[in-house]
Amino acid sequence: MRRVALTVNDVRHELELEPRELLVYVLRERLGLTGTNVGCDTTSCGACTVLVNGESVKSCTMLGVQADGLEITTIEGLARNGELHPVQQAFHEHHALQCGYCTPGMVMAAVSLIEHGEAKDEDSIRKGLEGNLCRCTGYHNIVKAVAAAAGAR
Amino acid sequence: MAVATDTEAFVGASVKRKEDASLLRGRGTFVDNLTLPGMLSMAVVRSPYPHARITNVDLDAARAAEGVVAAFSGADLAGDWSGPMPCAWPVTEDIKMPPHFPLAADEARYQGDGVAVVVAETRALAKDAAGLVEIEYEPLPATADVEKALEPDAPLVHADLETNECYVWKLETDDVRAAIDAADLVVTRRYFQPRLIPNAIEPRGVLAQVGPTGDLTLWSATQIPHIIRFTMQLVLGIPESKVRVIAPDVGGGFGSKLDTYAEEYLAVALAKRLGRPVKWTEERSENYQATIHGRDVVSELTFAATKDGKITAVKGEMTCAMGAYLQLVTPGIPLLGAWIYSGPYAIPNYSVTFTGVFTHTTPTDAYRGAGRPEATYVLERTMDALAAELGMDPVELRRRNLIQEFPHTMSSGLTIDSGDYEASLDRLLEILDLEEIRAEQKRRREGGSTTQIGVGFSTYNEMCGLAPSRILGAIRYAVGGWDSATIRFQPLGSVQVVTGTSPHGQSHETTWAQIVADELGVDVDDVEVLHGDTAVSQLGMDTYGSRSLTVGGIALWHAGQKILDKARHIVAHQLEVAEDDLEFANGSFAVKGSPDRSMGIKEAAFAAHAAHNLPDGMEPGLEATATFDPQNFSWPAGAHAAVVEVDTETGDTRLVRYVAVDDVGAPVNPTIIDGQVHGGITQGIAAALYEEGAYDDGANLLTTTMTTYLVPSAAEVPSYETDRTETQADNPLGVKGVGETGTIAAAPAVVNAVVDAVSHLGVTDVQMPATPERVWTAIQEANAK
Repeated sequence: MRRVALTVNDVRHELELEPRELLVYVLRERLGLTGTNVGCDTTSCGACTVLVNGESVKSCTMLGVQADGLEITTIEGLARNGELHPVQQAFHEHHALQCGYCTPGMVMAAVSLIEHGEAKDEDSIRKGLEGNLCRCTGYHNIVKAVAAAAGAR
Repeated sequence: MAVATDTEAFVGASVKRKEDASLLRGRGTFVDNLTLPGMLSMAVVRSPYPHARITNVDLDAARAAEGVVAAFSGADLAGDWSGPMPCAWPVTEDIKMPPHFPLAADEARYQGDGVAVVVAETRALAKDAAGLVEIEYEPLPATADVEKALEPDAPLVHADLETNECYVWKLETDDVRAAIDAADLVVTRRYFQPRLIPNAIEPRGVLAQVGPTGDLTLWSATQIPHIIRFTMQLVLGIPESKVRVIAPDVGGGFGSKLDTYAEEYLAVALAKRLGRPVKWTEERSENYQATIHGRDVVSELTFAATKDGKITAVKGEMTCAMGAYLQLVTPGIPLLGAWIYSGPYAIPNYSVTFTGVFTHTTPTDAYRGAGRPEATYVLERTMDALAAELGMDPVELRRRNLIQEFPHTMSSGLTIDSGDYEASLDRLLEILDLEEIRAEQKRRREGGSTTQIGVGFSTYNEMCGLAPSRILGAIRYAVGGWDSATIRFQPLGSVQVVTGTSPHGQSHETTWAQIVADELGVDVDDVEVLHGDTAVSQLGMDTYGSRSLTVGGIALWHAGQKILDKARHIVAHQLEVAEDDLEFANGSFAVKGSPDRSMGIKEAAFAAHAAHNLPDGMEPGLEATATFDPQNFSWPAGAHAAVVEVDTETGDTRLVRYVAVDDVGAPVNPTIIDGQVHGGITQGIAAALYEEGAYDDGANLLTTTMTTYLVPSAAEVPSYETDRTETQADNPLGVKGVGETGTIAAAPAVVNAVVDAVSHLGVTDVQMPATPERVWTAIQEANAK
């Protein structure tokens, strides 16, 4: 076991972790933050995407111990004072989710894409979200929502 | 899109989804998010061999491992089952139905067949211990090839059956042979539609809790909580009255969760034995092996036609993989397409034969469209082949054969209630600008461009809205196709709706509220829709086959009519007028001619609950349940087109445009309809260009992860151009199904476009999915001719 300290959604946690514990299970099972979903366990689907020090990371591919000292934002940390983040709001406005399982990861990936100024147009949004799979929406409305949230054309 | 404010205008408006508030905040209730005190984790040990005799299962090391509570082999649990896992659709009298138990005890019949199970304190410890189970196998020959499995010396999946043939099912009109013999032209084509892996992004998950009196609560990532309830009695002997099945938030299904699986029965059996809740969450690699696949059909389709392009007969011979066992509706999936091998066309002579075949593979079952994509693909590909033979424009050939008058009874025997197929095609052509595409195609061909352009069409219809119970009985399906709804006014005027359908992304919480709000004149926010819990929703047949709106939604409408009848009775009594003197509008009953004498439906609800002054003999409360059994299927239809660019040097295909015009009847929520169409189209495109569940010659699954099985991302597909034409279905809401239309229509449109792009090079077919390698090879082979 190894002692680590990580900050998740502005709350600092000190945890004893097995070195093999994946970050996503630390979030889900140790901290009860079940908004971050597991879709493939193999870095393919992106359902588990979170922000680590502002960068989007697939949390099934990072060990919990690697997050020692880092700041993590999950879907639960995105809305502020009950108000949806603009990307969450855009997903609602544009019907960019159906079953909602890929949604937390998709939203976090989109937040990162927009914050990095990489959601410039439809093409860059589509390429930027390549690592996040959705089986329901066909991406059409996700792309619209991200473009709207980015103020992009 | 504007939100409706008028109390009678929610239906038809793009009301924003009620479901989003929790899902967008990460507050979904997916099964893996749930924990119970004392909960254990289950891991399943699966056969690495496609076919093997199990000679020994040694569980000692696993049982001794840290955190392990129990471990069992198939033989250990054999006494726990009161019956095999059910197949509900024995399609013929002499179908072969081998028993299928949750764990294999003597022989593993596909790679991924469950052989042993381990239960431990945590997920990781269960998985660790599963790796310590030592199983001795004696490998046996295997085949994954649906045609080779019928050869005389093929390895048998179930040796005692002495054949791999599961059934032969045929539907034929009298004069097919004569029509073919008399035809000006006969075109026969052969197609293979490979396996598709459904890939709901939420894997399956199960959590079972058995109480001291044998009462069971089972949470499952399923489309069918009601159907699972009665299978618990069949397989585990737990009376349905003691079973509560909950489908909480479910992360997509696409047919793969229209099934009952070994892990559900295992988790319950172990929870019962151990007296602690047991959870199992599927890993993606398990999902690829142990959750059903779709398709895997070899088809030979024959058209007889006149020289001016009237098709006079269609004849199809389909060889359909069942996989190693029959799952819930495995044998019936091909039959869901059996009546529509003539599609939207008036074809007077009709013959289809389906041969179900066991192979050493993951069982097949429903995958989005289920039987209808298989029919539509070969039909629409052969339309293009016939057009080429006739030297006729493929659009013109389709137009000449489209059904013109409705209702229309097809030669296959079913009657289509409504449609205007030509209107959809006309609207498609308006949006597409075909002339410009053909001009560009001509320019590129003449210029010898290495980026050729092609356009492909698909006009389709489908039978969905499963299903009229009498027809289901006639085709040997075990249960009915009706559904139910309850509407319950609370004393202070809010409304609870209980539906027997079980949404998993389809937005019933929103659209059911829209229907009730309009019908009863309340606000959409007054209505809460409850579903997916058999303790709350006692009656229902769940969600699949584009049935929820056309069956469950109509049940809902009927329940609303019962509510209105009772409320009218109460209001007439309280206002001391005749019921006929009341008019209902905007949620209020008013006396005709004296609109100031009125009573709102919420006031009537309060009066019904207070019961101070009700008509003699009336029961208090304002609640009604209706069940609805449809008299016909639902018949959506439409016209789709794909435009692709093909790099003739690499074979790489890029989808440039996709245009869909669908008639799904009266729209309840246009934005939600569009969403269904977008998702459906994408799964059809995926089948056409990317996805194939492949086995090697020894029946080993080659595509075991999302890196080898290519689920398309946003980068692979364009934005879509969608529109609707509208004919009213023959039901009180005028609605038709929509969930499967895109998947049915898209695959042939895209492959037709790919072939069209390189047809001038001599290519007449490309095996789906049309990967760069296959397109390139097809071009090389055409060149060599």
